[in-house]
Amino acid sequence: MAPVANASKSSKRLPPAIRRKALIERVQTNLFSSVPNTILTLLCIIALVLAVPDLLRWVLVNAVWYSPDGSACRAPDAGACWALIPEKYRLILFGTYPYEEHWRAALACILIIGMTVICGIRKLWSWQLLIVWLIVITAAIALLYGGILGLSVVGTHMWGGLPLTLLLFVGTVLGGLPLAVLLALGRVSNLPGIKAVCTGVIEITRGVPLVTVLFMAALMLPLFLPDGLTINKLMRAQIGMIIFFAAYAAEVVRGGLQAIPRGQYEAADSINLSYWKRTRMIVLPQAFRIILPALMNDVIRAFKNTTFVSIIGLYDILGATKAATNDPIWVRYSAEGYLFVFMLYFAFCYSMSRYSMGIERSLSARRNY
Amino acid sequence: MKDVETEAMVEFRNLNKWFGDFHVLRDVNFSVGSGERIVVCGPSGSGKSTLIRCVNGLEQHQEGSIRVDGVEVTEHRKSIEMVRRSVGMVFQQFNLFPHLTVLENLTLGPCSVQGRPEREVRAKAMELLEMVRIPEQVLKYPGELSGGQQQRVAIARALIMEPKVMLFDEPTSALDPEMIGEVLEAMVELAKAGMTMIVVTHEMGFARQIADRVVFMDDGEIVEVAPPAEFFSNPQNARTRLFLSQILAH
Repeated sequence: MAPVANASKSSKRLPPAIRRKALIERVQTNLFSSVPNTILTLLCIIALVLAVPDLLRWVLVNAVWYSPDGSACRAPDAGACWALIPEKYRLILFGTYPYEEHWRAALACILIIGMTVICGIRKLWSWQLLIVWLIVITAAIALLYGGILGLSVVGTHMWGGLPLTLLLFVGTVLGGLPLAVLLALGRVSNLPGIKAVCTGVIEITRGVPLVTVLFMAALMLPLFLPDGLTINKLMRAQIGMIIFFAAYAAEVVRGGLQAIPRGQYEAADSINLSYWKRTRMIVLPQAFRIILPALMNDVIRAFKNTTFVSIIGLYDILGATKAATNDPIWVRYSAEGYLFVFMLYFAFCYSMSRYSMGIERSLSARRNY
Repeated sequence: MKDVETEAMVEFRNLNKWFGDFHVLRDVNFSVGSGERIVVCGPSGSGKSTLIRCVNGLEQHQEGSIRVDGVEVTEHRKSIEMVRRSVGMVFQQFNLFPHLTVLENLTLGPCSVQGRPEREVRAKAMELLEMVRIPEQVLKYPGELSGGQQQRVAIARALIMEPKVMLFDEPTSALDPEMIGEVLEAMVELAKAGMTMIVVTHEMGFARQIADRVVFMDDGEIVEVAPPAEFFSNPQNARTRLFLSQILAH
């Protein structure tokens, strides 16, 4: 019996235990490994000791949380004037949209954000989702514009704040992605005419700043349109942003297209898939897996790029904040207003980036090639 | 377009092809009868892969003609589509669609190209997977299968399109040695079922077992064509003898 027991014992080998480094050891190797490293560490500690208490005093301890007329903020030892936010949040969030109709703007925001969240559920991904998106956007626009169901008409020049930001963002991505795919396919196409046009559009758009594209859309486009035909300024800005987004995303998509091995195309050809079926069923699904991280980068940038529309007089949430803090009582506290918007932007962008990391992980877990 | 006089399934006439200045195929004249099994061999760079890739239009030839089941292969899409309907192909690197399951790899063509009803296609897919002996892998992704299993799925994927001719482009060259047998076995079974096959391979055992004729190519030319018994025991051309001595040495 004994030898048998021995044999089974020796065949059952456990993996070597992973040695956990003690805290002190970790600190030593990461922060005090050499003389320059030690100096840097000490300098950082000094900077933190000097900055953090003051910062905390300003942000929390001495901050004024509520003061309808802003008088409390003027006390000599007052910290951050957060009282600005409860006083002005509706102006920041909805800009110049008529005050008593704000519920419509809020509902439009909820519609768009809700749809974005639903869109994030991978089980629901399908082409039909695009149709639902169109319906949601149409509903949001109808809600904002009014003129139906007894809602008063609110012209797009009155739109502003978060609904404008969200609408521009969603419009840019939903309009820009299909255009990006078409531009990328055109650029790698064998047809010289199509290839030249797509390459031209991509390179010219990438060669100019977004601000220029928006100025073109806002100021120059109307000059080229025939008399009598006018396109709404918001629409023009949206078109400009779509093209700008598409030009960048097209290059990302092209990278994905070129990463697909030639054998995939040949296999698709050998079973007689047509160009569009091959693209839709074989090439794009594989390409999108590869480019997802880079594409999310562009999507997040598109969200932040919506701030540029304030240059042509559209009050997105940043522009609305600027306008809200122009009030003489509060003008000294615009920094607090901007910090509030900063937090909002951060919340949106950070959740998108976390989401994209999650998707990446689940795709790479399933990808066995 | 259909030529009633020839019974050939695949016919090459004065076929010439260049890659730039490089003359890959020189005056190839050859015809493959219906139900015939052809093994094409030759040193690498001799043009054998290019030859079969011309059959279903993955490569374009510049001179001469190829007819598949009476239809001429031209550069027009209609003609290539018509030819591809009767030609199935198996690649050296398998080229399965990695984002689709084994079943989806099989049903994609019949359902979205031929518009056959899904239920019938699924049943057919299972039948073919039985034939290549991997019915239990039906819901897996290609990346979860061994090379030999992937290649057998690739064979099934080509067969489900109901081709009249099957082209094999070095189907075992990318496989680990222990997996070559299972793929060849599936091919032997297919040969026994009467399929017209053109196989580019260095597997001389396979050639001996099922080929009706062996074609030896060198420098873009067909040097020698003979039934396997004759080809291996009594090669006529010096180049064939050299090749055979090299390949059978191991």
